[in-house]
Amino acid sequence: MTAVKPEIGLSGSAGKMALSLTGDWFISNAPRMDKCLKSTPSPAGKDVTIDASAITAFDTFGAWLIFRLLKQMEAGAKSVSVIKLNPQLQRLVKSMSAHDVSPPAKPIEVGFVEKRLKALGWLTAAMCSHYGQLFAFIGFVLVRSIKALRHPKQFRLTSLVFHLEEVGFNALFIVGLVSFLIGAVIVNQGAIQLRQFGAEIFTVDLLAISHLREMGVLLTAILIAGRSGSAFTAEIGSMKIREEVDALQVIGLNPVDVLVLPRLMALIFIMPILTFFADLMGILGGALMAWNMLDLSFEAFFTRFRDATLMTTFYIGMIKAPFFGAIIAINGCYEGLSVTGSAENVGQHTTRSVVQSIFMVIVLDALFAMFFTAVDW
Amino acid sequence: MKSVANNIAIRIRGLMTGFDDHIVHNNLDLDVYKGEILGVVGGSGSGKSVLLKAIIGLIVPRAGTIEVLDQDMSKISLEKQGEFGSRWGVLFQDGALFSSLTVGENIQVPIRENMKLSREIMDEVTFLKLSFVGLKPEVAFKYPSDLSGGMRKRAGLARALVLDPELLFLDEPTAGLDPIGAARFDALIRELKEALGLTVFLVTHDLDTLHAVCDRVAVLYDGRIVVAGPLKDVKRFDHPWVQDYFNGPRGRVLAD
Repeated sequence: MTAVKPEIGLSGSAGKMALSLTGDWFISNAPRMDKCLKSTPSPAGKDVTIDASAITAFDTFGAWLIFRLLKQMEAGAKSVSVIKLNPQLQRLVKSMSAHDVSPPAKPIEVGFVEKRLKALGWLTAAMCSHYGQLFAFIGFVLVRSIKALRHPKQFRLTSLVFHLEEVGFNALFIVGLVSFLIGAVIVNQGAIQLRQFGAEIFTVDLLAISHLREMGVLLTAILIAGRSGSAFTAEIGSMKIREEVDALQVIGLNPVDVLVLPRLMALIFIMPILTFFADLMGILGGALMAWNMLDLSFEAFFTRFRDATLMTTFYIGMIKAPFFGAIIAINGCYEGLSVTGSAENVGQHTTRSVVQSIFMVIVLDALFAMFFTAVDW
Repeated sequence: MKSVANNIAIRIRGLMTGFDDHIVHNNLDLDVYKGEILGVVGGSGSGKSVLLKAIIGLIVPRAGTIEVLDQDMSKISLEKQGEFGSRWGVLFQDGALFSSLTVGENIQVPIRENMKLSREIMDEVTFLKLSFVGLKPEVAFKYPSDLSGGMRKRAGLARALVLDPELLFLDEPTAGLDPIGAARFDALIRELKEALGLTVFLVTHDLDTLHAVCDRVAVLYDGRIVVAGPLKDVKRFDHPWVQDYFNGPRGRVLAD
């Protein structure tokens, strides 16, 4: 396409100036065309003739530059005449006058420090408003939950059952597998350390307390935040950008009732069950590892386990589960409903939903630890 | 056969496409001549957009041949495919602008890929093309998410046109535009075609566009092209769907 280079030939006598345009006036030749244009001398007070007969090919940008050349000539010359211009090109050049707009000023670019400071300010403001809105949302969800409790017939049972299967049954495998492995790892590492002072048997205590009290429920919560919290955000978020949420509202349904409450109830209900399952699998993994590493029979393991474990240890883990479930569901749904505009936004909110959920689960876990210590459990 | 194909820009023979057990096109034949604007019409879900995607190689046909600018698309090499990027321009339904780039950067993507121009000249091209599609030059600094649907479409067209392609594919170009904007869009396509000898393959629902712009109209029904020809011939074609489409209440308004 770059076969013939465009040129502007220059000739003329006193009071006259003749330009002849040759070559391919293509966008790919733009640098050369531009240079030609810039090197064309001022036609001040002369009669200018432009011969366009030798233009072999052109495109819209070529036509634009010819238009610019004409304008440049007309600005100073006494008269300008164009001869032998291809009719197609003539039309195109003529139509360019409609597109002769002055280039806009570029948006002002701020300095590096200023930019960072501005970003920090925005971030702080966004954080404050995020938490404010999140608490407002929790309040609203509470109000709607109370209403739902008072009118249980209006509650969406089908939706609840669907989500129970989705977040509960379908999560059993991954929750079980991860807990099993972590239980085995705790025993494995604990045994190595405790063996040094002949206290291998306390590995069972270590597993019982750490797994029942913290690990089981935390692992479950983190897995569910990654698996179901993100799904909530993505589901509701894509409904939001397809205007399905608006449609619900217009039909007279409250999006919180329809979308949030079933998910919230499902997670509050399923988290203790998943945690119980995680506890069982963790202990099973630990028992197998103890049998393998310490030659501890199942009978010996579970006798020791029964002696080492207080019921309260187990309860502490279980009590936390529904709270974690509620936090994950509320975060996931809130982020989903905050989606605006594009599909890209769904991704951002999904990421934020997962990170926030895990963060808040861990903060809440710390608060629970302080509480249970205070009440001597 | 080559000599016959010379004035044909797109040549489709025996095309069959489908998804799973659903067949979209069955034994479809269609020619698009060089320098013409062909409008493809058909009911919702009749496979108009699928046909467009099959031609530009986004959907692999189950059977049949598609030749674009004398190149069999099923035998195209990767290098050749890259070359086609500057020979055709495609406007997708919602513009398909890259959301992480500004409108100006979007328009410059094809330039950057194909040639080396200075920033200054690229900006000049960008402003020119934006003005071409009826957008203010300031739009160049905005992100696609800040634009309305109609503006995104125009910006998408500016990107499709930036290298003055030989072939232009438009997927529902006027859908979602107000009548004034749609009429300007029609005039623009016509103007470009006349000035540059563009070949345009256009999928539309818009009867006004068909009247104002298209040299020929092809009707897609039941997986095949039932008729293709100048609008006035197509309108008289004896086929229930064609009659319904062009001589229904909405078609008649245009005739008046």
